[in-house]
Amino acid sequence: MFDLLGVPPQVLFGQLLLGLINGSFYALLSLGLAVIFGMLNVINFAHGALYMIGAFVAWLLLTKLGLGYWWALGLSPLIVGLLGVVLEKTMLSRLYKLDHLYGLLLTFGLALIMEGAFRHFYGVSGQPYPIPDALKGGQNLGFMFLPNYRGWVVVASLIVCFGTWFAIERTRLGAYLRAATENPVLVQAFGINVPVMITATYGFGVALAGLAGVLAAPIYQVSPLMGTNLIIVVFAVVVIGGMGSILGAIVTGLGLGLLEGLTKVFYPEASNIVVFVVMAIVLLIKPAGLFGRER
Amino acid sequence: MATQSKTSNLKAAETQTTTIALRRPGQDTSRNAIILGIGLLIALAAPFVLYPVFVMKVLCFALFACAFNLLIGFAGLLSFGHAAFFGGAAYITAHSAKVWGLGPEVSILLGMGFSALLGLAFGALAIRRQGIYFAMITLALSQMVFFMALQLKFTGGEDGIQAVPRGHLFGVIDLNNSLSMYYFVLAVFLVGFAIVWRAVHSPFGQVLKAIRENEPRAVSLGYRTERYKLLAFVLSASLAGLAGGTKALVFQLASLTDVTWQMSGEVVLMTLLGGMGTLLGPVVGAAIVVTLESYLAATSMPVPVVIGAIFVVCVLVFRRGIVGELQARFGRR
Repeated sequence: MFDLLGVPPQVLFGQLLLGLINGSFYALLSLGLAVIFGMLNVINFAHGALYMIGAFVAWLLLTKLGLGYWWALGLSPLIVGLLGVVLEKTMLSRLYKLDHLYGLLLTFGLALIMEGAFRHFYGVSGQPYPIPDALKGGQNLGFMFLPNYRGWVVVASLIVCFGTWFAIERTRLGAYLRAATENPVLVQAFGINVPVMITATYGFGVALAGLAGVLAAPIYQVSPLMGTNLIIVVFAVVVIGGMGSILGAIVTGLGLGLLEGLTKVFYPEASNIVVFVVMAIVLLIKPAGLFGRER
Repeated sequence: MATQSKTSNLKAAETQTTTIALRRPGQDTSRNAIILGIGLLIALAAPFVLYPVFVMKVLCFALFACAFNLLIGFAGLLSFGHAAFFGGAAYITAHSAKVWGLGPEVSILLGMGFSALLGLAFGALAIRRQGIYFAMITLALSQMVFFMALQLKFTGGEDGIQAVPRGHLFGVIDLNNSLSMYYFVLAVFLVGFAIVWRAVHSPFGQVLKAIRENEPRAVSLGYRTERYKLLAFVLSASLAGLAGGTKALVFQLASLTDVTWQMSGEVVLMTLLGGMGTLLGPVVGAAIVVTLESYLAATSMPVPVVIGAIFVVCVLVFRRGIVGELQARFGRR
């Protein structure tokens, strides 16, 4: 086989696949953040913690109730979404009249509570989660080996991302949502129940995080710390992409995942910080973000 | 997103901050002098009653929180990345004292200078965006510092820099004596506090408050608000560095804990709990949080859960903080 810039293609494509998978999670999470931010003007710091809870619910369903992966794929986002609805109804909704920074501070506190509690009960070591039988094995693509499950993660998250994009940009409900984002008072005057919509939006956004958690469970270990560092990278992704567009969030997430994979191949020391460096550069050139609107 | 017509940060439902802004400096000097005098007496006597290292820790974090409060309380900028300055300076100070063998005062100044430069770079980037974005950018940049601290050779990775010598202050006073170390830390704190005090009660501080209350109006009055914000950011970063460098000498340790985002969150909590935009609030908040943490460390209660719960309660029902609440209760209007 040939070498690319002195790197064996197996290594290159392997890291690119890993980058693509990371990128899928960035895309799912930043999509949820963008949807929530659009409607609530709140940056959901608890997003990483809810992603972790999504994975833990899947693990608990399996070990305590014997319900497998496909059950978890449906139930876990539902449970996380309901948790989100409760949080929004009882706490977040009290803060809308105040400065938006209070929403960030509140969700930061919630993230500390959730992560601290899981850490207290389950320790910091990860719990293994088996790959479902239907997705075991892999394909030999000639230039690399593609494990079935990883291919599934990429495809599934792409489907969810573009489904969300379609629902928001091309359906009637999405039109209400976009209208309420622009001017909630007017939309409410037209007889649409905006508070319920806000609650549902938050529930949906965190359900996406829960789904990402289930998808991640067989790849990474299920651990209380899995969301902590991820969420900060996702924040940087959001700053790079700008909050303006749903599509922007998806494209930026995938792109930065790939970039991170490439960096791991060519200059591994910088792979942890490459996203932040890109963020700094984007801020210098286009402060509103690649897809953002200057306000 | 068009609903975001608000122009000021964190003034919100609080009227307290506005009254502070409107009060003329010097109006209640005598009362402040009494409070400060009592505080100073307590601080001077503290090492004879309490464990000196504990009080020094409180003082370091109090200075850190005061530095942070300069930004959030007076310029309305929420930085979620102040751990980078605190921990970054701790590393530089520890390295200077241990490897280069410099004296404590030079080491701390080097750490502080590093934080000032870092603050200049971060501030220049972060003030390009407002509000929530500002918080996210500072958080992301400080996470970059965390990863660098994890990977660079001189920081010692997971171990940090241990057994940092305290050395002799100006080559004369032995800081290994815990009492002399304590009074040195107290002096550092007082200098830092005086700088914050002076900055807040200066024309510069008034412009910062104007920016916090209404930035477009400050711009239309002819102020170059970015410069004021950047200067406030650098000042805050330097003072956070002063606190971090001093902390490194107190504990003779610079470690990864100091640069984590949890540390950034902790200083937010101290300020929020004590009272944002009040001068004494961060000191009170720091004292409570540090006390609470050392108390909790002896029990089996998970510290992050308690800290998070205080956060939630503060945000939901106690946004003025302790000192802010007291000022509102025993109003000085």
